[in-house]
Amino acid sequence: MKEIVIISGKGGTGKTSLTAAFAVLGGNDVVVADCDVDAADMHLLLQPDFNYSDDFYSGELAYIEQADCIRCGKCKDVCRFDAISVKLNRFTIDPMNCEGCGYCARICPAHCIRNKSRLAGKWYISNIRTGSIMVHARLGIGADNSGKLVAKVKDEAKGIAIEEQKEFVLIDGSPGIGCPVVSSLSGASFVVLVTEPSVSGLHDLKRVYELVKKFKIRAACIINKADINLVKCAEIEQFLAEEGIVHLADLPYDENFTKAMTQGQTIVEYDDGLLKDLVTDSWEKVKRLVREE
Amino acid sequence: MTSQKPLKIAIASGKGGTGKTTLSTNLAAFIAEQQEVVLVDLDVEEPNSGLFLNGEMIHEEFNYKMTPQWDESKCTVCGICRKVCNFHAIIQLGPSILVFPELCHSCYACSELCTVDALPMVPKKTGILKEFSSGNLHFIESRLDIGEEQAVPTIAKTKKYAIGKFPDAQFTLFDSPPGTSCPMMEVIKDVDFVILVTEPTPFGLHDLSLAVETIRAYKKPCGVVINRYGIGNNDVIEYCQNENIPILAKIANSREIAELYSSGKLIYRTIPEVKVALNEILDYCLNNVEGGNK
Repeated sequence: MKEIVIISGKGGTGKTSLTAAFAVLGGNDVVVADCDVDAADMHLLLQPDFNYSDDFYSGELAYIEQADCIRCGKCKDVCRFDAISVKLNRFTIDPMNCEGCGYCARICPAHCIRNKSRLAGKWYISNIRTGSIMVHARLGIGADNSGKLVAKVKDEAKGIAIEEQKEFVLIDGSPGIGCPVVSSLSGASFVVLVTEPSVSGLHDLKRVYELVKKFKIRAACIINKADINLVKCAEIEQFLAEEGIVHLADLPYDENFTKAMTQGQTIVEYDDGLLKDLVTDSWEKVKRLVREE
Repeated sequence: MTSQKPLKIAIASGKGGTGKTTLSTNLAAFIAEQQEVVLVDLDVEEPNSGLFLNGEMIHEEFNYKMTPQWDESKCTVCGICRKVCNFHAIIQLGPSILVFPELCHSCYACSELCTVDALPMVPKKTGILKEFSSGNLHFIESRLDIGEEQAVPTIAKTKKYAIGKFPDAQFTLFDSPPGTSCPMMEVIKDVDFVILVTEPTPFGLHDLSLAVETIRAYKKPCGVVINRYGIGNNDVIEYCQNENIPILAKIANSREIAELYSSGKLIYRTIPEVKVALNEILDYCLNNVEGGNK
């Protein structure tokens, strides 16, 4: 079983659209994991059936048993997150600010601060029309995206892939370079970078690839909307060559991506021309490269 | 423009790539043609606003977070530090204490509960903050070092720096990170108004509705700018109508805009319709948003 992670650094480059297309092309060989749990969109293309769902708890949240509180204010003094406020001599904890470090509870002389586990979101195992399984999640409003829910989705998907003897786990990562991305990359076998030829596309690609290099994972790249800016496109190609990143394909700027999305389809189901061929060819190359690893 | 209380406005979106940075930089440059404006790039994982602006760098400083440093000479290896760390950032290996700074949330529990003062908190560099100036436009960005995972402390610090330096600026714009979780919340929690940039597609709508839920949890007023208007469908407009969210402006889908953006150009200088849209957004903010939030 091999883990393929699709990331982009910059948002809106077409990462999720391509991941969903790969999921359709991979069919029964692929377990899909939507690890962009903060703004999960892949379900809009793959229409999972939410067959199994479970709450996800992560971290702690402090609360004060008012009856036992002696109003000494020590908790407020030690809190580094401005989570404790006092109004009319009543100390309360703002769950939005509480980091769950537990420091207040440890030093409370009246032992009246308790920690409860924090509901961080929900996660799901679904059947999808490719005949395979998709693991996905939804982060709760105000929950922290520390990467733990990402790790959960990924671990569940891996478990299923091993049990059902699937060849690949296909992971839709999140934008940026922070905790959720680090969590998506850890343990991956191969990375597909999706970028676009713009000043920000190239800038973000370079930053996220620096992170990929720290993990020593082999990478390939798809340049989406490649014909928008040929000069930037050439710069990206040069960067790929210098870094030894496999250049999988240049996809043209094409509104069929949006039209497919509006129909709830992937690009390989909606389009019947060049775009479909290029994406199909990219997936074949990815499979070959991953099998070489 | 009428003078009123300082306005702090976040430019955010659930989905990435909808045009937050385009709107932030164009709006800031447009306002700067007439008056002072501060633009703060708080997408510290992938800061892009600076790619679209020119200015002279007038200040630079490192960003730090405080993490414990083990002082072997004082340590009695009692193990309290390890027990009080809820983030598993401290482990004990035989007679040694190991600290993992990237897991540390800087709560100080280990340091202050250590009975022999063997874990003093020391600064660890997490990135760099820069301030640029160009006429009326003050631009501040922070970028996280690669491998640093926690964006929130850097966002909080950068915001504080900007507000501290320009407390009376009529306009302070915050270019927010994508998503709806902690980094985005850190940006919106003390602004007066949130501009949500979306696109009229199923992804755009879905992530917009998540962002609206988050903003409502903070009871902040917000308005929507629809970018790439003309592609996709009308569901975003219907959603805004049903939810009573004002649509501040629509920016038409255009290959020309995508091309200008890709070269790092400010689009309103070439495309008059965009200038009209910026004016509409500005008008709305001046007439409907109450400033002075802390």
